[in-house]
Amino acid sequence: MIGALLAVVRRDLLLAMRQRGDVANVLLFFVIVVTMVPLGVGPDRDMLRLIAPGVVWVAALLSAILSLGRLFALDYADGTLEQIMLSGQPLSLAVLGKIAAHWLMTGAPITALSVVLAMMFDMAAAPSATLVASLLLGTPSLSLIGAVGAALTLGLRGAGVLVTLLVLPLYVPVLIFGAGAVDASAGGVSPGAHLMLLGGLSLAAAALAPWAIGAALRVSVE
Amino acid sequence: MQTQAIRPLKFGLHRFAAPPEFYRLAGRLIPWFGSAAALLAAAALYLGFFVAPTDFQQGEVYRIIFIHVPAAWMAMFIYAVMAFWAGFGMAFNTRMSSMWACAMAPTGALMAFLALWTGALWGRPTWGAYWAWDGRMTSTLILLFLYIGFMALHGAIDDPRRADRAAGVLALVGVVNLPIIYFSVQWWNSLHQGASVSLTRAPSMAVTMLEAMFVMTLAFWMYSIAASLARARAILLEREKRSSWVQAVAQG
Repeated sequence: MIGALLAVVRRDLLLAMRQRGDVANVLLFFVIVVTMVPLGVGPDRDMLRLIAPGVVWVAALLSAILSLGRLFALDYADGTLEQIMLSGQPLSLAVLGKIAAHWLMTGAPITALSVVLAMMFDMAAAPSATLVASLLLGTPSLSLIGAVGAALTLGLRGAGVLVTLLVLPLYVPVLIFGAGAVDASAGGVSPGAHLMLLGGLSLAAAALAPWAIGAALRVSVE
Repeated sequence: MQTQAIRPLKFGLHRFAAPPEFYRLAGRLIPWFGSAAALLAAAALYLGFFVAPTDFQQGEVYRIIFIHVPAAWMAMFIYAVMAFWAGFGMAFNTRMSSMWACAMAPTGALMAFLALWTGALWGRPTWGAYWAWDGRMTSTLILLFLYIGFMALHGAIDDPRRADRAAGVLALVGVVNLPIIYFSVQWWNSLHQGASVSLTRAPSMAVTMLEAMFVMTLAFWMYSIAASLARARAILLEREKRSSWVQAVAQG
């Protein structure tokens, strides 16, 4: 079973590496969205420092949603998804593998990039470290919860907008605790509680989401 | 379809799960629930406007809670019921359950919208702002988004059976998330806003105020049942348009 999981992860990573542009575009989108904000609200450093956590986190949510399109769509189009379902391995396991690969290609690099963005927003060392930690703990739930939406909208017209409508409200707790952790750290309070809740959300999502995704995929593929 | 999998209930109520029976029963019940809603709403408005005393802190404007609070209660309650029937329909593959869930969604969304709109109208004279990013308001707004997502997903899928099950998965995911969203928003608000907006209310509500609110809640219940039944009848006719009983109904 672990072998099947690793095979799915390896295959998805390999496919992504063969089409590096798609992966890079999502990261570029993340950086560009964050860059637009100071241009819109003005270059006042105190204000930028104040809004940085929320801006980076909202950009991370949008990037996660933008990248959901390719999570199942290609496998659905060429029939790989049906093969995975017929393979005799638990579907939730394969789903977990695909989500792990998705996180390695979006959540992980976004977390790494956030260090640079924290510098651009003139954040102090401690809040920057908290930002990285919060993204590290929170982005897995973005991939997990988002995958439910991606599975539900598989093959529908206008799936891109629809998945945003379905998934963004479910991202609210992640956003609140993610940005809240950085705010707490910037305010001199320990961000421990926020980070633990973020980790807890990710673990709960990892436990529950694969079943919902499996059910949704069975509905979508038939 | 798969009805043979379900054990007949003791009193034979399950026969109302058969579409023609449901259609007839709903048709007979709608006028009763509808007129009960109208009568109760009239009684509640009378109690609210003429019997309930003026609030010594907020003056007359508080009277909007007679609409606002029942709407907010119904918005939350209907989501739970909708998710229950959507899950029931998925688990037992019963046709009517999913249609029933689908029929409830617009009424739930309407209730959430009413709660928000009346809240804004109350907030302007009381807090000085239509919208205050208060924890409850924000979580009601997100509830409205969840309703809209449910309807949008159902509407985007052409095959009704697939739409039922996809929307059912979404409703169940939503109902698991709802408490988490609710508490996270409450906490977020307490972290950000402090006491700039305080929901101070009179120490104890006058009994007549509670009565008016209670009667209006009953009126909203009756209205929601009547509206959902009417919508379920319409959905049923549309889905079963090729069956002989619908042809018979159509010919009168």
